[in-house]
Amino acid sequence: MNRERVGARAVEGALDPIPGSAVARAVEALRGLGPGSAALALLAAVALLALTQGAAAIPPQTVLRVLLDALPLIEVDANAPATWERIIVDIRLPRVIAAGVVGAALAYSGASYQGVFRNPLAGPFLLGVASGAALGAAIAIISPLRVDAYGFGWVPVFAFAGALLTVLLVYLLATGSGRLDNVTLILAGVALSAVFGAATAFILLTGGEEARPIFSFLFGGFNTASWERVVWAAPYLAVGAVFVAVYARTMNVLQLDEEQAAQLGVDVTRTKLIVLAAASLMAATAVAIAGVIGFVGLLVPHAVRLVFGTDHRRLLPLSALFGASFLIAVDTFARTVLAPQELPVGVMTALIGGPFFLWLLRTRRVEVS
Amino acid sequence: MAATAPAASSARRPPAPTAAPLLEAREIGVEIDSNAILDDVSIEVGAGEIVGLVGPNGAGKSTLLRAATGLVPLRAGRIHVGGNALDDLSRGELARRVAVVQQLPEAPATLSVRQLALLGRHPHLRLLARESSRDHAIAEAALRQAGCSELAGRELGTLSGGERRRAFIARALAQQAPLLLLDEPTANLDAGAQHEMLELVADLASSGTGVLLVVHDLTLAIAYCDRLVLLDRGRVAASGAPRDVITPELVGRLYGNSVSVVAHPLTGAPLVLPSRLGG
Repeated sequence: MNRERVGARAVEGALDPIPGSAVARAVEALRGLGPGSAALALLAAVALLALTQGAAAIPPQTVLRVLLDALPLIEVDANAPATWERIIVDIRLPRVIAAGVVGAALAYSGASYQGVFRNPLAGPFLLGVASGAALGAAIAIISPLRVDAYGFGWVPVFAFAGALLTVLLVYLLATGSGRLDNVTLILAGVALSAVFGAATAFILLTGGEEARPIFSFLFGGFNTASWERVVWAAPYLAVGAVFVAVYARTMNVLQLDEEQAAQLGVDVTRTKLIVLAAASLMAATAVAIAGVIGFVGLLVPHAVRLVFGTDHRRLLPLSALFGASFLIAVDTFARTVLAPQELPVGVMTALIGGPFFLWLLRTRRVEVS
Repeated sequence: MAATAPAASSARRPPAPTAAPLLEAREIGVEIDSNAILDDVSIEVGAGEIVGLVGPNGAGKSTLLRAATGLVPLRAGRIHVGGNALDDLSRGELARRVAVVQQLPEAPATLSVRQLALLGRHPHLRLLARESSRDHAIAEAALRQAGCSELAGRELGTLSGGERRRAFIARALAQQAPLLLLDEPTANLDAGAQHEMLELVADLASSGTGVLLVVHDLTLAIAYCDRLVLLDRGRVAASGAPRDVITPELVGRLYGNSVSVVAHPLTGAPLVLPSRLGG
């Protein structure tokens, strides 16, 4: 109880705006809402802010009018130059949505991993998703394939396949005994990650100039975001999210030790298998559209758990919403702070996320079961 | 235990216990890494009965409890729960018939006692169902019965050993299973708390719950159990009425010469005392 309050205060404190300002009144209003509405409102505010930022600074009112006008059946006089409309709808919006979708997917899948492994250090890349995706991407990049698939090249397709094949391999290696033992799973993930990481490094070192795009995949980013990618990713993410959501209450029981969960009627192996497969599908999709972006899946669900408690029926959706806000904010920062040069988002999430995580560790007792 | 639960629950209680024993293990054998942990062990628990499982460390007591909930495979013999073979019951069905409190159950330190008790309703809920007001009422009744109503809002990490034990008992009671397996519920409790715990168990039994209890303190076992099963290195060394099981010969053979069995000066019931005279 007490700790929950401390966390809530810390988060509020971090958001404290200038007293009396419009932002202050908005935050005051937010505090009256439930966590879900507050998270939604924060996401809307962050997304709107992100749409105003860039080479052309566009006022938020104009952004809102342009967005309304872009909706079907609604006619609003946007009162903005045509280039602004193009910038908002064709350039910034897909990027903001891609960042939001990837942030939500990584945080949601991280919450699922942490729930199943009963370990706050688990993240969406624990079972080799990142290294498998990177190897897949590396192979696509140096291969002679240049044919466009689904409108955006072979790299995401290979990354997606590499991620899923790796998780499948980790499963097969870990389930020799018929049970799904946590330690075996994690060790199999670590071992395969090391092997695939070495293979990727080998391709990087021997591939010459042609292999350089692998770097941008390894550090993640949204500079190639497009509507096509988001639309392509949506069904995989939806399927993964639904399968995890079905087991949300069961994951609450899994927070107890596995024997207790079994004695409470949980089919532990089946639950873990389904949740991990669904969460891995989401993580693989996220990596396919944006490359490897670390820390979001580890940090966001962890922070949400500290502030809002461990009920997965709340933890999962809230993680998704805060994950989306977080990654949109970080991506906006990454593309504007040294403009016109862009910083890799994966580097930024680690740069911001690492210290924040350490601060959490220092101020709150972190449970490692 | 349904006595204090809402009346509606009594309709959903399992069939009358006269039909079959709540737990019936016949000549079971368990091997772990080709070591025989249990060999030819039979045990039976009926409704309203407290059966004590006693024996030296490593006798196989906890393994027997785990076998009874299908967590370890049997090499030989069979186990029936409420009249059905273990293999014929789904995990959910089994959890509606048997509630277990392990020796050292784990749970997140930030979980509240009330949330823990509510998790006991899991076997009664469908995959997508939310806890109903009835589930909440049953969990509150379980908290009351286990004596943790005042603790309901506290986080597990803030509880003492005895309070924590009672919180997990409440979780088990919320399962509303006719059979309760308790692995050393009195370990690490002070003398008063030990008796409180066992009085609670006695109350449960008097309202019809069958209890299989692993207990180390032989004097407590004699005082509270209807029958005892004495395990020694995976085999049943003796079973029956407490005073027939706890004999000076058996205790001396299994536990060594540092404990003695004497007769209670008033009742004649066996008391297990240290041989060494202090004071």
